[in-house]
Amino acid sequence: MALIEAKDLRKSYGSIQAVRGVSFSVNRGEVIGFLGPNGAGKSTTMKLLTGHLQPDSGSARIADFDVVQNPIEAKSQLGYSPEGAPAYGEMTVREFLSFVAQLRGLNNPAARVQDTLTLCRLTEVAGQTIDTLSKGYRMRLGFAQAVIHDPSVLILDEPTDGLDPNQKFEVRRILKEMAARKAVIVSTHILEEIEELCTRIIIIARGEVRCDEPKEVFLQRGQDLNKVFRELTA
Amino acid sequence: MSTSPQATPRTLTAIWAVLRREFSGYFRTPLAYVFLAVFNAFAISLAFFVGNLYEANIANLDRFFLYHPWLWAFLAPAAGARLWAEERKQGTIELILTWPISVWQTALGKFLAAWLFLACALAITTPIAFTIGFLGSPDVGVIIAGYVGSLLCAGACLGVAAIASALTRSQVIAFVTGFLACFALVMMGYGIFDEFLAGAFSPRVVEEIRRLGLWRNLEPFTLGVLDFRPIVYFLSVAFAGLGVSTLIIERR
Repeated sequence: MALIEAKDLRKSYGSIQAVRGVSFSVNRGEVIGFLGPNGAGKSTTMKLLTGHLQPDSGSARIADFDVVQNPIEAKSQLGYSPEGAPAYGEMTVREFLSFVAQLRGLNNPAARVQDTLTLCRLTEVAGQTIDTLSKGYRMRLGFAQAVIHDPSVLILDEPTDGLDPNQKFEVRRILKEMAARKAVIVSTHILEEIEELCTRIIIIARGEVRCDEPKEVFLQRGQDLNKVFRELTA
Repeated sequence: MSTSPQATPRTLTAIWAVLRREFSGYFRTPLAYVFLAVFNAFAISLAFFVGNLYEANIANLDRFFLYHPWLWAFLAPAAGARLWAEERKQGTIELILTWPISVWQTALGKFLAAWLFLACALAITTPIAFTIGFLGSPDVGVIIAGYVGSLLCAGACLGVAAIASALTRSQVIAFVTGFLACFALVMMGYGIFDEFLAGAFSPRVVEEIRRLGLWRNLEPFTLGVLDFRPIVYFLSVAFAGLGVSTLIIERR
C-alpha cells in the first residue's frame, strides 16, 4: 500500500492554475526528491498533501486516509516541516517540542521530547529561546517537530535551505537514518542532494509532473544534472 | 496500515495545550505588563477623575464599570490582535493547519487564553472594590455582578477582535479594524451618536439599535441585575466572533 497518494490534484488561485492534475504515489522506504523551478507548483502540491490547502478536485491520501475526509487521522500519520521551519520564536526549544508532543496527544511526552532532542542533536540548545537559534539549529528544530511522533509519512519543504555544508550533511544523515521505515518527500533546489539522499525523482513544472522515475534512471539522463533539469522544466 | 506508535490527540488535551501556550505567550513579552498597567491606570483614573467616584460619596462601583465598554473596545482588540495575525506572520499557521487538531479547537484554545488574560487585567482592579468596601458598606452582590458583566463585555469585544485578527497578517491592521468595530458597538446607544439616531429614526428603531450596543447590555450588571438577555447578548457576540474567525481560517 502506498503511504502517500496524490490523485489528479488540481488547485487554482484565481485564474492561475498552480497545480494541474498531479498524480503519484510513494511507498514505505522511498525518499522522493521533489524538484521544480520556483513557482512550479511544488509548495502548493505539498500544501495539498498536508491538508494545509484543499484541492479544487482530485484527492490526497496519507497512510490511506483522505486528507480532506479524515484530516485528523491523516495528519496524525504525517510529519511536515514547512519552508523556513516556522516556530514560535518566544518559546524555548524544549517548550516548543513539549507543546507539539502534548498537542499530538503522545504517550509519555517528556521522553519523546528528550529522544527527539537527542536524535536531532538539539540537546545543547534545549533551553534556548527559538528566536536566538542559528539557522542550522532552527532548521533542525523544524525537522524535530515533524518527527517527534515518529510518523510514517514525512514531508519536508527545503529542509537544507540556507544551511552550510556541515549542517546539510547533518540533516541528510538524520534523514537517511529514519528513511527506511517511512515514505518521505523532500523538496529541494539542490541537485546533488538527489544523488545522496533520494531513491526516486519527481520533477514538476507549470503545475504538471514532468518526470517521475527512480534515481538511477534519472542520473542516466546526462552528466550535467542542471542541464537535464532545465530541459525537463522548460 | 502504519505501525508507528501514534496516539490520536484528544480534544480537550489539544485545546488545553493551545490555551496554555497562548496564555503564557502573553507573558513572554513586556507588552503584557504594559497592557495590564495601562488597563489598570485607565480603569482607576476614569472612575475617579471622569466618573467622580470619590466625590459622589456613594459606596458602589457603577461609576467604575460605566467606562468599561470604552476600555474593552480599546484593549480587547489590543490583546486579540495577535490571535491569528501573529500566526500568519510567523508562518506557524502552516503548522497549526497540518497538525492533527481541528481549527475550532485551536480557535477555542486561543480565544479562552485571551479571555483569561483580560480577566487577569480585570482582577488587578479589585483593590478598588476593597477600598470601597473599606470606606463604606457597598452591596457585594452588585459589585460581583459588575465584574461578571465587565468580563462578559470583554469577551464580546474579543470576539470582534478575533475576526479582525483572522483577516490579516498585520497586528496593527487587526488592532485598528477591531477597535473600530468595537467602537461602533460602544457608540450604539451612546452620547452624540445616540442623539443623532434619535433625530434620524423612530424611537422604536433607536431603542432596537441601543439593545445591540455594549452600553445598554452592561448597564443592568452595574445595577446588580443578572439579566438573561444581556448575558445571552454578550455570549452570542463572543461566540459568533469565535465562529466567524474559525470559518475565515478554515476557508483561507
